Amino acid sequence: MNILAFAEQRDGKFKKCAYEVVQAARRAADGLGGTLSVVVIGKNVTSIAPALGAYGATRVIALEDDRLERYSTTAYSKVFSDAAAKESPSVIFFPASQMGKDMAPRVSARLGAAIAADCTAFRIENGDVVATRPVYAGKALVEVKVTTAVKIFSLRPNVFTAAAVGGGAPPVVESVRPALSDADFAAKVTAVKVSEGRPDVTEAAIIVSGGRGLKAPENFKLVEDLADVLGAAVGASRAVVDAGWRPHDEQVGQTGKTVSPSLYIACGISGAVQHLAGMSSSKYIVAINKDKDAPIFQVADYGIAGDVFEILPALTGELKKALGK
Amino acid sequence: MKIIVCVNHVPDTETKVKVGADGKTIDKSGVNYMLNPFDEFAIEAALKLKEQFGGETIALSLGPDANKETLRKALAMGVEKAVLLKDDAVRDSFSVARAISEELKEMKPDCVLFGRQSIDYYNEQLPGLVAEYLGWPSVSVVVKMEAKDGKLVCEREIEGGHEVVETTFPAVISAQKGLNEPRYPSLKGIMAAKTKPIEERPAKQFPAGVEVLSMSKPVAKAPGRIVGTDASAVPELVRLLQQEAKVI
Ligand SMILES: Cc1cc2nc3c(=O)[nH]c(=O)nc-3n(C[C@H](O)[C@H](O)[C@H](O)COP(=O)(O)OP(=O)(O)OC[C@H]3O[C@@H](n4cnc5c(N)ncnc54)[C@H](O)[C@@H]3O)c2cc1C
Ligand SMILES: Nc1ncnc2c1ncn2[C@@H]1O[C@H](COP(=O)(O)O)[C@@H](O)[C@H]1O
Repeated sequence: MNILAFAEQRDGKFKKCAYEVVQAARRAADGLGGTLSVVVIGKNVTSIAPALGAYGATRVIALEDDRLERYSTTAYSKVFSDAAAKESPSVIFFPASQMGKDMAPRVSARLGAAIAADCTAFRIENGDVVATRPVYAGKALVEVKVTTAVKIFSLRPNVFTAAAVGGGAPPVVESVRPALSDADFAAKVTAVKVSEGRPDVTEAAIIVSGGRGLKAPENFKLVEDLADVLGAAVGASRAVVDAGWRPHDEQVGQTGKTVSPSLYIACGISGAVQHLAGMSSSKYIVAINKDKDAPIFQVADYGIAGDVFEILPALTGELKKALGK
Repeated sequence: MKIIVCVNHVPDTETKVKVGADGKTIDKSGVNYMLNPFDEFAIEAALKLKEQFGGETIALSLGPDANKETLRKALAMGVEKAVLLKDDAVRDSFSVARAISEELKEMKPDCVLFGRQSIDYYNEQLPGLVAEYLGWPSVSVVVKMEAKDGKLVCEREIEGGHEVVETTFPAVISAQKGLNEPRYPSLKGIMAAKTKPIEERPAKQFPAGVEVLSMSKPVAKAPGRIVGTDASAVPELVRLLQQEAKVI
């Protein structure tokens, strides 16, 4: 049985989700008694492929072409599907990242392989993969099986472990120049605008989020200062995004981002169901809210029922000391 | 330009989810439904394209009769026609995408718009599946869109930034919050929507690809600890984060 995993790279660097997916796929391959092949797509990616060995890759297929330097929905899904057709995999793993979520449906249509999307866990049972995925904004979980011959699973970033294991032999890397014509680039990325500074909420290990309790946009400086001491991302409730205090891409919740950091600090956020939907799978939650009955405290591990204008500067100061900054 | 916008009818975000008697789907009693929030941005984008290029806008939904309510909301916002592909069963994206694609092939649009994702099953699959079945380019999670000189230039949200994507019509677009400010239906629009006919035909049937084995409620978290009510609690909070949670 062949298992395929897609390892996402951008600018010649693997994303953390690439390691997560490879390690999860390794576990699946071992559980299913199958062999794992990892697919990497881009320009000159053969040189970076060995890094996947520490996460369990023994064989890497590097699909290379200068035109694949940047993502193209049409070209990436074509070259991936062509490679998959040669490997005849039973199971394919993607990250549920912005690239993975864009690519997987196209690969699904090409291969006639249904997708269990945005899975947060899976186990092997009777030679099959049984996956868990949150639905209805995390208010329920479903266990699903994919019933098509080829099965695709996309894995929620930041949920599966990526722990490098030393000592193994480096993976065998096969460089392949995939068949491509200009028509395959019917949609192509011509530029990437990178937001400077802090990490993205979907990738960050720590998020400091602010809500209407901050009272005014300029007071988000308190949230940013705390975030910067922790190397954290800044998040926001919809109330402050809709008020124009914060950009859309910081919104956490049912109609914003779903995040799973190891630490989520909610400041002046009440904890409406739609907000909880996006962050309740965080490993640890801290709430700072002057209303001790605010619903956010029901999901918080630790809370301070106090004023953000007093607590945030104190917390930033204390952390500077504790972290030696 | 013939513009089609696909809309879904989903449980209200306030819904208290209970597992239904089958143990696989939610208990629908007492659940209120709404137009999928992301689809409002898709409708607005469709109306803007029509303002720019002329032509017609059509809203399409696959589902039971209840989905007409959502189609009427689209009509009230200014979409001209609505089509219901009637299907009473709960379907997965894999089969819905095939059924919608077959319909679209007959309708021959120049642009098909979707919301980024349905907020019931969070699949985020339909736009890509349909684009591939139609053999069209697509741009997903779009926060900016400009059609000019036969080109379509979009910005899509990625981790820590935006990708600028160039393509041409016919194309599939999936709309993300931030793309536009959806208009409110006017009173005139709401009245007109009540009498506009909704075309109805049975959805074509295709095999499913994902089987739900069981549905459950996530385990509720044990109540947390309120460490204090003022700045004097801060050192203890830092200690807990470092030594107990070990997250910093
Ligand atoms: C369809 C739909 C989708 C939605 N999607 C989302 C979503 O994706 N994400 C999202 O966040 N919301 C979403 N919402 C909105 C949600 O219902 C809430 O309105 C929103 O989350 C409230 O934001 P908030 O907590 O910042 O504001 P509030 O609810 O106003 O809470 C402010 C909190 O700050 C506290 N506070 C005030 N002053 C201080 C102080 N000095 N110190 C400490 N605490 C203080 C108050 O006690 C209060 O708890 C959605 C709503 C709908 C209808
Ligand atoms: N049953 C449906 N009928 C029409 N459009 C749908 C349906 N389900 C989903 N969509 C559209 O597809 C988008 C993505 O949905 P999904 O792939 O289900 O997350 C939604 O925002 C809608 O625009």
